[in-house]
Amino acid sequence: MADHGSKTAEHHVVPKRVYFLVFFTLIVLTWVTTYVATLDLGRWNIFVALAIAIFKASIVALFFMHVFYSTRLTKMIVVAAIFWLILLLFITMADLWTRGWMGVPGR
Amino acid sequence: MDSPTVIAPGEAGAPPHHGHVEHHFEDASQQKDAATVGMWCFLVTEVMFFGGLFLAYFAYRQAYPAAFASASNNTNLIIGAANTTVLICSSLTMALAVHFAALGKRQLIVLFLALTLLLGATFLGVKAYEYHDKWVRHEVPGYHFDCRTEEGAPCTDAAHTPLFFSLYFGMTGLHATHMIVGVGIILFLIAKARKGAYGPEWYTPVELFGLYWHFVDIVWIFLFPLLYLIDRSAAK
Repeated sequence: MADHGSKTAEHHVVPKRVYFLVFFTLIVLTWVTTYVATLDLGRWNIFVALAIAIFKASIVALFFMHVFYSTRLTKMIVVAAIFWLILLLFITMADLWTRGWMGVPGR
Repeated sequence: MDSPTVIAPGEAGAPPHHGHVEHHFEDASQQKDAATVGMWCFLVTEVMFFGGLFLAYFAYRQAYPAAFASASNNTNLIIGAANTTVLICSSLTMALAVHFAALGKRQLIVLFLALTLLLGATFLGVKAYEYHDKWVRHEVPGYHFDCRTEEGAPCTDAAHTPLFFSLYFGMTGLHATHMIVGVGIILFLIAKARKGAYGPEWYTPVELFGLYWHFVDIVWIFLFPLLYLIDRSAAK
């Protein structure tokens, strides 16, 4: 019963080198995103910043929070969190965008 | 089904009393999985808790982009990046604390919990400095609010800049509150760890607190770009 996503998660002790690799990646990306913020990429600044943030959050969740090694049920719950958040953000913003009160991005 | 394993506390070599497998779980491993699922259900509510504030941010940034661009340039980029680094370090030390809890290395558990505490407290100290700085510069929404650029001119679309600062204090304040609660819990975990409460047979509280701490780190990973990095170059 050593496969990931099995009925019970193993007492899988994650090797320390995984943590250090993730840590190093997070630090590098933090300074990359800080530097890129000082460049003028126009409307792409926010996309790049959020893309980097999403990647950083993902590796924190997968490896620091052990989601990669967790049961399918745990993974489903994590997906549910993201799903409901996206629903909240997207549907509310769609409501606001379609009122004609403010510009839609790109117009 | 076998009768549940019962080892009385105090018995030689017995796991701490909390390691007892409750009768409605198959075994210790399944019990731990259930605890993890429960913690993640709580974190789902936390995602929605912060999510509401992120929604407010997106809505008002969309409505008043010039005010947000001008106001966000008054945050200190280097301090923000440095504080982000501190928090990421604290996530590493927390992950290692959980790692050593699973291995039962008592002194290392205490060490890494203490380092996490130190780094978390550093983050809060820097935040306190930033809040004081904003107070002194009249960037706290209220009667004396007066947003100014570096050159001393009023911020662009100044009438709507309090929205940015309200969100700044609201979002980082909620985040800091979570960190203060976390610091309190770490103190409790350190006290328990010093007594040898955590080991391979039971380290669930350390693991679950790790999930909380990493979640708070993830919130900051999104707060930092949205409050400090966006429109850095656009407003120049």
